[in-house]
Amino acid sequence: MSIIEVSNVSKSYGGVKANSDVSIKVEQGGITGLIGPNGSGKTTLFNSIVGYHPIDSGSIKYEGSEISHLQVQEIARLGLLRTFQQTRIYGEMNCVENMLISLPHRKMSLLETLRKNTVEDKEKAERLLEFVGLYEKRNLRSGSLSFGQQKLLEFAMALMNEPTVLLLDEPTAGINPTLINGLIDRLIRANSEFGITLFIIEHNMRVIMNMADTIYCLAHGELLASGSSEEIQNDQNVIDAYLGAH
Amino acid sequence: MKIQKIAFYGVLLAITVAAPFLFPSFSTQLATLWLFIIVSMTWDMTGGQMGYNSLGNIFFYGTGMYVAAVIAIGLVYDVGEYTGASGGGRYDFTNEQYILGFVLGSLGAGIFCAISAVILGYVLFGLRGPYFAIGTLGTAIAAGELVSNWDWVGGGQGITLPVYSGDFDQTKLFIYFAFAITGVILFIFLKWLYTTRFGAAINAIRDDEEKAEAMGIHTMRYKLVTWAMSAFFIGVVGGISAFQLISFEPLETAYQTINLGIFMVVCVLLGGKGTLWGPIIGAIMFQIFKEVTWNYFLGWQWVALGALIVVTVVYFQDGLMGWLRTQKPEWFGVVVDDKDGEAVR
Amino acid sequence: MDQIMGNIDLLIQFPIVNLKIILDGVMIGALFALAAYGLALVWGVMNVKNLAQGDFVIGGGYVSWWSYHNVPYFHPLLGVPVAFIVMWALGWLTYKLVISRVIERDLFTSLLATFGLAIMYAQLMNLMFGSDTQSLVLDVTGLGLENNYYFADGLIDLPAAKVIGVVLAAILATGVILFMKRSRMGQAIRATAQDARAARVLGIDTEKVYAFTFSLNSAICGAAGAIIVMVWVIQPFYGITYSIRAFVIVTAAGLGNLPGVIAAGLGIGAAEQYGSHIFGIGYQQAIAVILLLMVLIYRLVQQRRNRQVMQ
Repeated sequence: MSIIEVSNVSKSYGGVKANSDVSIKVEQGGITGLIGPNGSGKTTLFNSIVGYHPIDSGSIKYEGSEISHLQVQEIARLGLLRTFQQTRIYGEMNCVENMLISLPHRKMSLLETLRKNTVEDKEKAERLLEFVGLYEKRNLRSGSLSFGQQKLLEFAMALMNEPTVLLLDEPTAGINPTLINGLIDRLIRANSEFGITLFIIEHNMRVIMNMADTIYCLAHGELLASGSSEEIQNDQNVIDAYLGAH
Repeated sequence: MKIQKIAFYGVLLAITVAAPFLFPSFSTQLATLWLFIIVSMTWDMTGGQMGYNSLGNIFFYGTGMYVAAVIAIGLVYDVGEYTGASGGGRYDFTNEQYILGFVLGSLGAGIFCAISAVILGYVLFGLRGPYFAIGTLGTAIAAGELVSNWDWVGGGQGITLPVYSGDFDQTKLFIYFAFAITGVILFIFLKWLYTTRFGAAINAIRDDEEKAEAMGIHTMRYKLVTWAMSAFFIGVVGGISAFQLISFEPLETAYQTINLGIFMVVCVLLGGKGTLWGPIIGAIMFQIFKEVTWNYFLGWQWVALGALIVVTVVYFQDGLMGWLRTQKPEWFGVVVDDKDGEAVR
Repeated sequence: MDQIMGNIDLLIQFPIVNLKIILDGVMIGALFALAAYGLALVWGVMNVKNLAQGDFVIGGGYVSWWSYHNVPYFHPLLGVPVAFIVMWALGWLTYKLVISRVIERDLFTSLLATFGLAIMYAQLMNLMFGSDTQSLVLDVTGLGLENNYYFADGLIDLPAAKVIGVVLAAILATGVILFMKRSRMGQAIRATAQDARAARVLGIDTEKVYAFTFSLNSAICGAAGAIIVMVWVIQPFYGITYSIRAFVIVTAAGLGNLPGVIAAGLGIGAAEQYGSHIFGIGYQQAIAVILLLMVLIYRLVQQRRNRQVMQ
C-alpha cells in the first residue's frame, strides 16, 4: 500500500517549471529514494509534500486523503515528519532538552502537556541519543556540536517524535564520509526496527543505492525513471542526466 | 540547599507582608511596584518565553479596568444611567457591595481578558515578528479610541466608581495585598509552568517556530493558551487598579499605550528576557529609576523614561540576568564543552 | 446609530458631498504617502521599521510653527524647506546616536528602539511647545489668489492652502524620485537596498548610505509636517497615528512599490475622511488604526493561501 501518493503535480516559480506532471508513490514500511542532479526539482517536490508552498495542479495524498492544501504544522501532525537540509535544532538547549522537546506533542492533550517530563521520557531520549551515537554529548549545548553531529541529533529528534513517515532532505550532505556508512546503517535500522517509512532525497547515488527499495529520478522537473536500484543504475536516461547535467 | 531555598522564600514573603506596615506612607508606591512586577511577568510569558513581542498587552489592562468597573457598578446600579449621570446624583457602595464588586469584578475582568486574548490571538498570532508587535500595538490604540467614544462606559470622561466610605488606610492595605497575593500566585504558577512540557514547547516556538511546526507541535494552541493565561493576570490587576484609582479615563489611564504599555517591556528587558526572576528584578530597577527621575528631573521625567527605553534596548538588551548568564553560565546549568570534547556530567 | 444612518443618507442625497470628501481625502492622503515613502525607504534599505516616523512629521510641523512665531517676516511656505533642513539634521543625529547601533540587530530591537525614540520626541515636543493643537494660516491673498474657492453653490470649498500643499508634496516627491534615479547617491542607496554586502564589496560606503537614507527620510517627513501644519493641525502626541498610517500604507502596498504607496496613501486618506464623516470626527484616530488591522488581516489571508506566514 502506498502511504504518500503524488499524482501529476506541477509547480512553477514565475516562468520556471520546477516540477511538471510528477507522479510518485511512497510505499508504507519501505525506503523510497528521490534522486536527481542539482536543480532537478527534488526539493521543490519535497516542499510541496510537506506544505511549504501551494502546488499549481495535481494532487498529493497521505493515507488516502488530500494534503496539498494543508499548512506545514497540520501535515506534521498527521505523522509526516521532515528533517531540514540545513539542520534545524535548538542550539541554545542541550541534546537531551532537544530530544524532550521532540516528544510527540501531536499525540498529547493540553492537560498532558502541563506535566513534567517523566523518567521514561528521559530514558527514551538517552536511548535514542545512544542509537545515533551522541550519548556522550547529551549534556552539551547542541549549538556547540559539529555539523555532522547536529544532523545526527536532528535525526534522533525525528525518531523521538514517533513519525509514521520520515522525509529526509539529503541526510548525508555535509557529513564526514567516514561516518556515512554508520548513518546508512542507522537509517536502515530506523526503518526495520522502528517501522518508520522513509522517503529520502539524496544527491549521493551510492548512499541511496544501498538502502532504497524504490528510487525515483527527477531531471529538469520531470520524472525520468523509477524502479529498483539495479533498474535505475542501468537506466540510460539516468546516466545521461547525471553525466550531462553538469 | 533545600533549607537555603526555604529560608530565601520565607524572607521574601516576610518582607512582602511587612512592607506596607513598615512603610505605611509608601503603600501606594509598593502596590504600584507589585503592579509592575505582575505585568512584567505576564509580558515575559509571551515576549520572553515564547518570542512574541507584544506592544499591546496594555489592552488587557485597560479592558480589565473597564470590565471590573462595569461589573462592580452593574451589581448595584444601571450602568448606562450611572455613567450618564456623570457625577450628578448620589451613588455609593456599602461594605458588602464593595467587596463583592471587587472580587467578582477582578475575576470577571481576568476571565473576560483571557477570552478576548483567544479571539484576538487567533488573528494576531498569524503575524510574526514586527507585524505582531505593530498589530498588537494597533489593537490597544484602537481599543482606547473606541472606548473613549463609547458613552455607555463614560466616553472620554472615563468612569468614577461609586463612593466607598470605608477606612482610607485600610482600603490602601487591602489594595496592596490584592496586588501582592496576585503576584505571589502568578510567581508560583509560572515557576511551575516553565518546568512543564508546555513551558518547553513555548520556548521551542521562540527559538525556531518553523521547526516547532515541522515537528507537529500545536503552535497556535500554545500561543493562544499562553496569551490567555497572561491576559487573565493582566485583566485581574487591571481590575484591582480600577479600585485603586477609583476614577480613570480611557486614553491616559486605562489604555496607556505609551506609559505602562511600553514600561512593562522595558522592565523585562532591564531584568532579562525569558527568565523567571528577570522581570521581577527589572520592575524593581525600573521603579527605582522612575522614583529618582520623578524627584530630580522635574518636568523632564517622561523624556528621561523615553531615553531609558532607548538606552536599554540599544545597550543593555539582555538585561541583568542575560549579563549574569554570560558571566557565570554554570549558575544557569549550562555545561561548557571541555577541551577533549567529553561531556561533563 | 441614527446619526450614522443620517450621515450615509446625506452622502446618497447629495452626491457632490462625496466629491468633497474624496478631494479632502486625496489631499491629506498625499501627505500620508510622503511619510510612507520615507518609511519604505528606510525599511527597504536598512531593514529598520521606524515607529518614530510620525514624530518626525510632527517635529517638522513644529519647526515651521516655531519659526513663524519667532522669526520676523517668516512665511509659512518657507517652513517647508526649513523643516526639511532641520529635520535632516535631527535625522542624522538620531541615526548616529541610535539607529546605527540597531541596524544589524533583530527587528524587534529596532522597532522598540524607535518606539522609545517616538515617546522621547513626543514628550520633548510636549515640554517645548505645550500640548495644545497648533496650526498656521497660509494667507495667499498677497499672491493675487483667494484663500478659499467655492464650487457647486458653495457646497464644496477648496482652500488654496490644501491645493498648494498637494502641489508642494508632489514637487517634493518628484524631486526625491528623480534624485533616487539619477544621482550617484540614489544609485548607491538602491544598490544597498538590494544587497548590502555586495554593495560593500563594490566599494559603496554603506554606513554613509544608511546615514544619508535615514536623514533623507527624516527630512521628507519634516517637510510633510510643515505642509500639514498649514492644512491641518498638529499636536505633540499625534505622531504615533502618522507612524501607523505609514505602516498601513507600506503593508498594503509592499516594499519598493512606488505607485502602490501613492495609491494606498490616497486611498487611506479617502477612507479616513469617509470614516470620520460617517462615524464622527471622534473616530478619526480609531479609523486609522482599524485600517491597519484590516490591511494586516487581508495580507494574512493572502499569505495563508500561499501556505506562508506574515513575517
